[in-house]
Amino acid sequence: MSEEIEKNNIALPEPGSLVLSTSPHVQDGDSIARIMAKVLICLLPAVAASIWFFRFDAVRILVYCASFCIFAEYGWTLATRQAATIGDYSALVTGVILALNLPPGAPWWLCLIGSVFAIIVVKELFGGLGQNPFNPAAAARVALLVGFAGPMTQWAAPATGSLVSGATPLGAIHAVQGSADAMAQLGAPDNLMKLFLGNVGGSIGETSALAILIGGLGLMAFRLIKWQIPLAMIATIFVFTGIVHLAAPGLTPGPLYHILSGGVMIGAFFMATDMVTSPITPLGALVFGGVIGVLTCIIRIWGAYPEGVSFSIVIANALVPLIDRMCYIRPFGWHSHSVSALNIRRGEIK
Amino acid sequence: MNSPIRTWRFHGGVHPADGKALSNSVPAQRAPLLERYTVAIQQNIGAPPKPVVQKGDTVKKGQLIAEPGGFVSAPVHAPTSGTVGDIVEVPGANGGAIPAIEIISDGKDEWGSGLDPIPNWKNTDREILKKRIADAGIVGMGGAAFPTHVKLSPPPEKVIDTLILNGAECEPYLTADHRLMLERTEAVLEGAAIAAKILRVDRVFLGIEENKPDAIAALNEKAGQYGVTVVPLHVRYPQGGEKQLIYALTGRSVATGGLPMDVGCVVQNVGSCAAIRDAVVEGHPLIERYTTVTGTPVANPGTWILRFGTTVEQALTFAGGVKARAAKVIMGGPMMGFAQTSLGVTVTKNSSGILLLQWKETAEYTSNPCIRCGRCVRACPMKLLPGPVSVMVESENYDEAEKNYVMDCMECGVCTFVCPAKRPLVQHFRRAKAEINAKRRAAKAKQA
Repeated sequence: MSEEIEKNNIALPEPGSLVLSTSPHVQDGDSIARIMAKVLICLLPAVAASIWFFRFDAVRILVYCASFCIFAEYGWTLATRQAATIGDYSALVTGVILALNLPPGAPWWLCLIGSVFAIIVVKELFGGLGQNPFNPAAAARVALLVGFAGPMTQWAAPATGSLVSGATPLGAIHAVQGSADAMAQLGAPDNLMKLFLGNVGGSIGETSALAILIGGLGLMAFRLIKWQIPLAMIATIFVFTGIVHLAAPGLTPGPLYHILSGGVMIGAFFMATDMVTSPITPLGALVFGGVIGVLTCIIRIWGAYPEGVSFSIVIANALVPLIDRMCYIRPFGWHSHSVSALNIRRGEIK
Repeated sequence: MNSPIRTWRFHGGVHPADGKALSNSVPAQRAPLLERYTVAIQQNIGAPPKPVVQKGDTVKKGQLIAEPGGFVSAPVHAPTSGTVGDIVEVPGANGGAIPAIEIISDGKDEWGSGLDPIPNWKNTDREILKKRIADAGIVGMGGAAFPTHVKLSPPPEKVIDTLILNGAECEPYLTADHRLMLERTEAVLEGAAIAAKILRVDRVFLGIEENKPDAIAALNEKAGQYGVTVVPLHVRYPQGGEKQLIYALTGRSVATGGLPMDVGCVVQNVGSCAAIRDAVVEGHPLIERYTTVTGTPVANPGTWILRFGTTVEQALTFAGGVKARAAKVIMGGPMMGFAQTSLGVTVTKNSSGILLLQWKETAEYTSNPCIRCGRCVRACPMKLLPGPVSVMVESENYDEAEKNYVMDCMECGVCTFVCPAKRPLVQHFRRAKAEINAKRRAAKAKQA
C-alpha cells in the first residue's frame, strides 16, 4: 500500500542552506589558543614562586617581557601586513618563559632586547609559529647571556631570608671545585631542600624546583608535552652527574644537586618540551631529552659557563630534524621485507 | 567485558562523542511504501552494471533491473513491483549526478525475484551459494560497497583460515548495525555460517564494540549454534577499520598495499551477512537495508529499513523532519561520511546512515601552521606522520609524501579530528593520493 505522506507539517532543511565540506565533520574542539592558555595556567606556580621570592623585581620583569613580546609580535604582523597572531597567546607564553629565565636585576632594556630577539629574530623571521627551529625563550636567553654577560649574571639574593650570598648554586660549584668536602656540603640534605623550594639565587623563575614540578605535572596531566622529554633529560643528568660524582667527588656535587639547581627543571618541563622545536615521535623525544641532558652535564662540569641548559636546548633543537629521521616510525603493516634491504631508510626523511 | 579470545590493541585512535544514544534504543521501523523509487544503477565499487529493463516494462519486487558489468560488479533489483519509468539523473552521494532507474510503484508490492529459496544450504554446493550471493547483488554494506562474492572467491593460492564479521560500528551516531544485530541476530549469524561454508573456514569471529551490550548478549545467546565467536572490543574509532579489526582479533597486520586475504582473513560487514542469509534462505535479493537517520536536528532519530532508491528527503520525512536548523546533511557517519547539498540523494547499498549536524557541531578548518604537537602521530591508526606529511603536500611535494607512506592513509580522519591547528590533514592526503594515483596511471600508460 502506498501511503500519502503528510509533508505540510514536516520541516526539512532548506535547499541551498547546507554546507558542503569533506569529512571528518566533527573535531575535538581543542585549538592552539587553548593549548597556550593551558600552558600559561601550568606556568602559574612558577610565576607565583618567582613573585614570592623576588617580589617587585619579578613582577617588573614579567610585565616587561610579556608586554614586549606581545608588542613585538603585534608590530611584526602589522609591519608585514599579516593577520594578527597574538590571539593564540604563544607570544605571551614566550614572554613569561623568557621572564622566568632572567635574573632579578635585569633592567628594562634587557627585557626589551630579549623579547624582540625571541619574537622577531627567532620566531617571525623563520616564518612565525610552527616554523621556528629554535625555542624562542631559550635562544633569547643564550643571546643575552653571550651578548650581555654582565647584567645577565648579576644575581641578587631572594627577598626572603637566607641565601647563597649573591651567587647562584651553580656558581658555587665553580667556586669550590677541587674540594670533595665542599661538594659533599653542597649536596647536604638541608641545602637540597633549599634548592627544591627555591630559596636560592638565580633567574627569577628557575629557583623553585617544587613550583616548576607542580606546573610540569599539570602539563603532563593536560597531555600538552611529551613526558619522554623531561624524563629522559632529568634521568640522563642524574646518571651522568652521578657517575662523575662517584668517580671524582671533588669535581662536581651529587646528581640531586644538579637536577634541582639552575635551569634544569624549567628547561626540562617548559623549554625543551616546546612542541614546535622538539621531535614529533615518542622515541625521538627520548633521544632529544637524552641529548640535552648529556650536553648540560658536559657544559656544567667542564665548560666555561656554570649553566648549560639553554645552550643544550638550542643545540638539541638544531638536531631535531636528524633525530626525527633516526627515530622514524614505520606505518602499521610495514615489514622489513617490503622494502629493499639495501635502502631501507631511503626517502624516509621528513 | 571479558573477551573469549586474546585481543590486540591497535595504535592510536580516538573516541569522539558518539551520539549513539539518540537512536540506539529505537527499534528499527519499516518505511512505508513509496510511489516512486529512483534506484541508482551503480551501487558497487567496480564495473557499473547495465540496465536490462525498458521504459514501460512491468517489474516485480526483487526482479533484476540491471545486470553486473563484469566480475567485480553487482546487479540491481527492483525495490517494489510496478512499472519502469525513465532513466533519470539523481545526485550521487559523492558529488556529481549519477544515472538511476525510476520505478513507479503499483502498490501491490509483489515478490518476483526469480531466485529460489535454498533453506537446505548446508547440503548445497558452495559454487551455487556463491552464485546466489552474486545474483542477489550483495556488496559490503559497511561503506565500501565492494561486491561480496568477490571477497568470497579468494584465489586458490591464498589460504583463508578466519572469517571476521565487522559489527564494530565505530562511527559516531550510527546505530544501524547495532539495531540489525539486536533485531536480526539469527539472520546475521546464519549468513556468517553460509559465508564460512563458502570459504571453508571454521574460525568465525564477530568483532563488536562493547558499547552495545544488548546486542552482545543477544548474539552470545545464539552464536554457539552457528560456530561464531562474539568478541567485544574496546570502544575506539576506527575499531571497524578493516586492518585495525583484523589486528584486534588476530594480531596479524596486513602489509602495506596488501589485502586481508594475504593474512588469511576475510572481513564481512554484519549487514552483508544478514543479506547473504536473506538471499540464500529466502531467495530475496538485496533491495533494502537498515539505515540510521539521526543527528540533533532530527525530530525523531532512529533506524529505518529503507529500500534503495528512497531519497534523503523522504527518509527525513519518515523521521519527522528537522526541529532545528541543520548545517550539514551527511551520508554516512561524521568521521568518513559525505556531506550533501541536495536532499535528492538516494539511499544505496552502502548508506549506513543519514546524519544531520547543527552548525555548532561541525568542524571548521582554518589551516593554521603545524605546531608539531604530535597528536596526529599519536592518533593515527596507520602509524603515519600526518603533520609532517601534510606540510609536504602543502608544498606539492608529492614524491616526498609518497616516500612517507601517504598511500597507506585510509582517510579515517582521526588526525584532522585531533588537530589543534585545525589543519585539513586528511583533505591534504586525499589530494596527494589522487595526484600520486594519476602519476602512476600516467607512468603505466606510458609503459604500455
